[in-house]
Amino acid sequence: MRRKYLLGILIILGALGYMLFGGLGRNLVYFVTPSEYFLEEARYQNRPLRLGGLVKEGTVAYDRDSLELRFVLTDGVKEVPVYHRGTPPGMFREGQGAVVEGRFQGGVFQSTNLLVKHSEAYQAPEAGWTPEEVRRLLQEAR
Amino acid sequence: MTEARKPHRPDALTWGLLGLGLFLLPAGLYVALTAPPDVNQGFLVRIMYLHVPTAWLGYLAFFVTFLYSLLYLFRQNPKHDRVALASAEIGLVFMGLALVTGMLWARPTWGVYWTWEPRLTTTAILFAVYVGYFLLRGAIEDPELRRKAAAAVGILGFINVPISYMSVKWWRSLHQTQSIDLTTGRINMAPEMFQALMFNLLIFTLLYLAFVRFRGFLAEREAGGEEAEALGLEARKEEA
Repeated sequence: MRRKYLLGILIILGALGYMLFGGLGRNLVYFVTPSEYFLEEARYQNRPLRLGGLVKEGTVAYDRDSLELRFVLTDGVKEVPVYHRGTPPGMFREGQGAVVEGRFQGGVFQSTNLLVKHSEAYQAPEAGWTPEEVRRLLQEAR
Repeated sequence: MTEARKPHRPDALTWGLLGLGLFLLPAGLYVALTAPPDVNQGFLVRIMYLHVPTAWLGYLAFFVTFLYSLLYLFRQNPKHDRVALASAEIGLVFMGLALVTGMLWARPTWGVYWTWEPRLTTTAILFAVYVGYFLLRGAIEDPELRRKAAAAVGILGFINVPISYMSVKWWRSLHQTQSIDLTTGRINMAPEMFQALMFNLLIFTLLYLAFVRFRGFLAEREAGGEEAEALGLEARKEEA
């Protein structure tokens, strides 16, 4: 056995261990839904967690100057008000799937990281897109 | 005296595949850049035409490594080991490209380059396993033992491919479920996008076949050198 390769193998094994137990072990259930949270509220109390759901229509309030974003996350059954500071991802909008990382303070979820979860469906715009429609689409996506 | 070895050169099929793949590559780029935008992502969806083919061909390459590792264990033919090596090498390049293009796509769509969610983590594990495959090959000097150990990793390592593919279904994931679901046959994609994706997948498949054959010939040349060195050693022993 050559020693330098042995060292490389040990590094790889360490990385695998880290990813299997650190990365995978804690993230197989990557997020909980609002209903699941309220079902086991005591278990998540005072602990950082990830909440996933849809951004409820009509609840987004974003102040570009202070970068304060407030919205309601819902799974169709339960709702959670969310406060996030920082620029939201480009695809963030009402009705979109979202995952927030952070913890609860009072009844409001204080988000430190906001991720967009989009679906696997890719569809072109209706009725044969034109360059003008594409330009407007890009404006909306921004 | 040893008979002069015929030089190992890639055959016409290898050159043909390489030429065809490279010839079609700009056409694939054109098709990708003229495909319609997505209603949600706009033109960001075009990263898919690079990301998905590289990911699928990474999976395919590791599958070929798996097959030829099995063949080697059953038949002890060094040629099978060389094909397994070539395919693993190219698979590592493709999977690396898939990870990078995935990160570049994730930033504007998800909001982060990386997060330890099931699909990304299982794919990173897959990548690390095959890096380990090459480290193991480098660590063992005895050719016979090296080939056997590499075959073992090539076979066992492949278990990560279905785990990575199914991770978006088995576990709650940030990564979207399959747009082209091989387990149900359903396609969640506009037809024009699907055609553009399939065309690029074809091009990348041609390039993969060309690369693996080319690398196989290079590996054979390297093996020839190793054998010649071994023969030289034996000759010196006989003289002593």
